[in-house]
Amino acid sequence: MNLVIPEINWSAIGPELTLSITAMVLLLLSVVASPTARRAIPYLSLLGIAFALLLCISLWGKSAYAFNRMVVLDNYALFFKIIFLITTALTVLMSIRYLKEQGYEHGEYYVLILFAAVGMMFMASAADLIIVFLGLETFSLAIYVLAGFFRAQPKSIESSLKYFLLGAFSTGFLLYGIALIYGATGTTNLKGIYEFVSKAPALTDPLLLIGMGLLIVGFGFKVASVPFHMWTPDVYEGAPTSITAFMSVGPKAAGFAAFLRVFLYALSPLQTDWIWILWVLAVLTMTLGNVVAIAQKNIKRMLAYSSIAHAGYILVAMVAADELGTASVLYYMLAYAFMNLGAFGVIILFGRKGEENVNISDYSGMAAKYPLLAAVMAIFMFSLAGIPPTAGFVGKFYIFSAAVKAGYIGLAIIGVLNSALSVYFYLRITVMMYMRSPEKEFAKLEPSPAMVIALIIAVFGTLQIGITPSHYLNLAKQSILALM
Amino acid sequence: MVSLSSYLILSAILFSVGVVGFLLRRNIIVIFMSIELMLNAANLAFVAFSRFLDSMDGQIFVFFVMAVAAAEAVVGLAIIMAMYRVKETVNADEMNLMKW
Amino acid sequence: MMITDYLPIFIFLVVAVGFALVTIFLSSIIGKRKITPQKMIPYECGMDPIGQARKPFSVKFYIIAMLFIIFDIEAVFLYPWAVIFKELKIFGLVEMAIFIAILLVGFVYVWKKGALEWE
Repeated sequence: MNLVIPEINWSAIGPELTLSITAMVLLLLSVVASPTARRAIPYLSLLGIAFALLLCISLWGKSAYAFNRMVVLDNYALFFKIIFLITTALTVLMSIRYLKEQGYEHGEYYVLILFAAVGMMFMASAADLIIVFLGLETFSLAIYVLAGFFRAQPKSIESSLKYFLLGAFSTGFLLYGIALIYGATGTTNLKGIYEFVSKAPALTDPLLLIGMGLLIVGFGFKVASVPFHMWTPDVYEGAPTSITAFMSVGPKAAGFAAFLRVFLYALSPLQTDWIWILWVLAVLTMTLGNVVAIAQKNIKRMLAYSSIAHAGYILVAMVAADELGTASVLYYMLAYAFMNLGAFGVIILFGRKGEENVNISDYSGMAAKYPLLAAVMAIFMFSLAGIPPTAGFVGKFYIFSAAVKAGYIGLAIIGVLNSALSVYFYLRITVMMYMRSPEKEFAKLEPSPAMVIALIIAVFGTLQIGITPSHYLNLAKQSILALM
Repeated sequence: MVSLSSYLILSAILFSVGVVGFLLRRNIIVIFMSIELMLNAANLAFVAFSRFLDSMDGQIFVFFVMAVAAAEAVVGLAIIMAMYRVKETVNADEMNLMKW
Repeated sequence: MMITDYLPIFIFLVVAVGFALVTIFLSSIIGKRKITPQKMIPYECGMDPIGQARKPFSVKFYIIAMLFIIFDIEAVFLYPWAVIFKELKIFGLVEMAIFIAILLVGFVYVWKKGALEWE
């Protein structure tokens, strides 16, 4: 038998290799090292993340296939990898003091976060549905465990259980969809699927269409779009806040990375079939997310519904499937990462053991006692609401102008109305902080240096991306050439 | 001999049984079993397609899916055990700390 | 055709199942039904049963089962490699060594955490 050894391009997966090796070393350290040495684990993980980030930046512009054309290295993948690495770094920075305060200072937390980041990075650079599935499962399993990390708190375990059951359910749908697409096209490689689907007779194959529908269900769950959003509020509320922050950005970005690659590249000839489904999903998601967020009293649940709404905005950009639309997805994901992580960072800083301060009314009068913290939170709220000159505003501007340019005027109008609606509940927090008197005594806040650094990076990112958007938009446009 | 549609129909039936089991049963372990049933229905579809398309890709995918399903089973049962320690129950109706 | 070769087995199955079903059915409609407390206790070779039939069992069984599944899946990947490894030469060896090394990290973690202790 003549065996052809496939080409493995190790340098193409450099960042993933770095993070995996770091995670494995940290796993060993967490059991064999002395307790004092174990306190270095978070900082070592930051070192690994920084190294991986440097590798990503040095690989920018290169284009290569790895693992027998299953994993691709291109600007699109690198853009998302950088988003994931920033997310992971900020989450680690925010967790150090938080874990110690809550009494769950275990090294395995950082190992799991690094493995989740590896899974997400593989999902972003997948050129084959197998790698999409493997990446998805890798980070999902890590996050199921992380959501239940605070084992003694019933809410945490319940959120982990709910996320696990619903996540596994949606993986079943995704897998069945992949099976049907494999049956219809004969291959799981995205390029192969694209070539098969480009020939006209394929367009009405029922296996292909049903497979596509099931894929939308699977991806729709991961990015929390309506009607697959039921898990989001409970899971976000119960999980440890640093993991909620990680969950609200990472899996969503990874889900969209794969969603875009599969639908805007591999299944692009079927565009007339799936674009109306996504249109309906976008409208439902935005509207439900914004409307229900108004009624929330718990700030974590409110941010959960707000993240559902943001997924809706990104779906609008997907519907406008042209160059500006796709580039604005990438831009918005970057902006969203900074502003969401920042908002959750403030929530982590403001809460403490025993007095979680998760109700919105707990924030009243914060500006009088902690003016800097209130200003930082106000910046994140403005950005989420889409008020200039923050990144959120520019992101929404690009998305809606892409929708208008592609001819979906109705969708753009609905989007703008929803955005206006969302201003209410974002600014409600700002109003509470600045214009109400404090409801109770605020304990003294001692932010750890790591948290301060994380918040500074988040604020800087939000403002910088908003004030000089063209640079980042150009980076995004360079990244989507592989898709067009 | 046996046509592709028979395998696909069987796979679809298994998948639907899994979905219905997930939605209707109260015991969390049974819900988890239904999820595994769904994954295995997809495995059957993969192998059937692999046979009729004369391509090994499907069977290789099944390897990966089985490995992932095993890992998921371990994680899931660990979560259920942790839940049982705290709540003393495996009834899904009792998981109601967080509602609307 | 191949299906008709299996006909005797099918008949055998029908006869076996049918016999069992008919016996149970007949015995449930013919014959008195008188339940006494002594008749309803579990059968333990004529002795009186001691204690409950169900006892809580320790979690270490579950942990061993969980570890078994993971390393069994590793063995599943070793089998195809074992069939073909002569042709994969050094590439196959190095690749499998890396695979096992990764799982070894997990194994060392489990070992040091004490999950392999039985008592």
